[in-house]
Amino acid sequence: MSGYILETKKLGISFGGLTAAQDVDLRIPKEGIYGLIGPNGAGKTTIFNLLTGVYQPTTGQVLLDGQDLTGLGPDKICRLGLARTFQNIRLFNNMTVVRNVMVGLQNRPEYACSVIESVLRLPRHRRVEGQMRQRAKDLLRIFGLEEDRNALACSLPYGKQRKLEIARALATDPKVLLLDEPAAGMNPHETEDLANTIRQIRDDFGMTILLIEHDMRFVADLCDQVTVLNFGTILAQGSTQTVLQDPAVIKAYIGG
Amino acid sequence: MKRPGSKLKHHLHFALIGGITAVLGVLTLTGARFDSSLLFLLEKIAISIILAVSLSLVVGFLGELSLGHAGFMCVGAYLGGKVSALLVPLLGNGPAAFLVSLAAGAGAAAVCGIGIGIPALRLRGDYLAIVTLAFGEIVKSLFQNSSPESFGGALGLDTPRYDKRYLFLFAFLLVLLTVMVVQNLIRSKHGRAITAIRDNEIAALSCGINVTKYKLLAFTLSAAFAGVAGVLYSYSNYTVQSLRFGYNYSIEILVMVVLGGMGSIPGAILSATLITFLDTQLAAILTGDLAVLQNLLYAAILIAIVIYNNAPALKGFRDKYNLAALAKKLRRSAPDPAAVRDDAAKWDVVPTKIDMDELLSVDIADRGHQEGGDDP
Repeated sequence: MSGYILETKKLGISFGGLTAAQDVDLRIPKEGIYGLIGPNGAGKTTIFNLLTGVYQPTTGQVLLDGQDLTGLGPDKICRLGLARTFQNIRLFNNMTVVRNVMVGLQNRPEYACSVIESVLRLPRHRRVEGQMRQRAKDLLRIFGLEEDRNALACSLPYGKQRKLEIARALATDPKVLLLDEPAAGMNPHETEDLANTIRQIRDDFGMTILLIEHDMRFVADLCDQVTVLNFGTILAQGSTQTVLQDPAVIKAYIGG
Repeated sequence: MKRPGSKLKHHLHFALIGGITAVLGVLTLTGARFDSSLLFLLEKIAISIILAVSLSLVVGFLGELSLGHAGFMCVGAYLGGKVSALLVPLLGNGPAAFLVSLAAGAGAAAVCGIGIGIPALRLRGDYLAIVTLAFGEIVKSLFQNSSPESFGGALGLDTPRYDKRYLFLFAFLLVLLTVMVVQNLIRSKHGRAITAIRDNEIAALSCGINVTKYKLLAFTLSAAFAGVAGVLYSYSNYTVQSLRFGYNYSIEILVMVVLGGMGSIPGAILSATLITFLDTQLAAILTGDLAVLQNLLYAAILIAIVIYNNAPALKGFRDKYNLAALAKKLRRSAPDPAAVRDDAAKWDVVPTKIDMDELLSVDIADRGHQEGGDDP
């Protein structure tokens, strides 16, 4: 055991001639909020896609809690404890809010119920459905979405959709939660609110959170440590204050 | 808070079919005799409903376009017909032979469903549609070119003559079974997984849903019920002709699903019934030279329905005169004494709000901007 809950070793991917990520050694300790930042096109979302199995890496390894995730599919990786949200929100738009969260609860062992049991409406089906609904409601309460639980996901305002996506990811009972630009498109008030919710998730669930964000005030305010990516490689990694004052980082952001 | 009657509303189509079956069953068993053309129509309607509801599992809920549903039915019809032809001399012409051939037909179609489900995991949209289309045509020509001793070849497979008095009852019991299985599946965690795949496959994967398993499940189950419809067809007709199961028929089934509203089981039942009825009536009315008009009229009616349901210019008319508005009007004219008067204070428990969550997976359309009631 290396002491890191999420770790990558020499992770890299190239699309044809383009190397989108190269030799990325990400090290995320347990419990806390970590940032992944970098200029546009630095490869942040690519790293998320590599971690969650949406892309298969050309080189290197991904380790979650010591377990090798390399080569596994996104559904398997989620079941092993790595959940994510998307930069462009991906909800189940034709489902209600509460059902979106219930989809996240699907694979928890305590809600196991076979197809036959469901089709025949056996007692276990009824019990599991009731418990899932209750658990989903409890999760929605954390995000202040309880009142909206019977609305269609697509009818929610943007900020709430972002929160719902986090709630759904959290429902899968992950070891690490990956948030791709959670504050994008939010006003300062909503951002502040979101930061508090993310802190609450860390404290209540003992969660490890890795987030991509462009809002530097949000990152500085929230993250214990950050990793800076530039042109697909790690430029700096360390405590937020030190890294954000690093001249190389400032240069990468401002250019020059 | 739960609106009274909301449970009944979602089982209305089920109760309706069950009630009709029960009434006709009692009449038949007490000795009433129906006209054979009416019985044949009832059998045809039952077959159409089974086909439409099973196809809606793949097209409406999983969101994959399949143009090979008649192919699965064809497999069921031939296998079921063959098995019954072999069994009837041994077991007699009773329910035993029927049930065994039913299992054989459904099983054979289910195996084909797995076979089509596997490419469905890799192909999407139009490409999958082409594969399923090809599957249907291959099945059709395989049976057409089979040797006369095995499956009758180009002349078709002769199936034994059955006592037709009771067949429609079996057919409607199978309709009830199909509706129950598909509906219970859809309204469960497994159904949520299937609709999640339709809504956003990448998000479904990222929620840990085993997309492979659920796609195969949907395709296999859908094919098995198409096989059931095929066995019924072989019992309903004295010969099974492979030409009947061309892509035209697949598209006809698809039309039933689309017309009923994608992802609506009651809709699929209703449109399957209407289309089958319309089809037979047109065939009966238009004889001689007018027979050529049948397909033309049929197509014109379909186009009219689709335009009526979708044209933006008719939206005002639709909003004013539809069943939902009518129901609302009726409810308003008979006020609920228990209704909360203080709307401002308790706006979220006003009983006229539609219980959205209960509605899900039964009716995808027309739920756009309604607000939810409370949870059950």
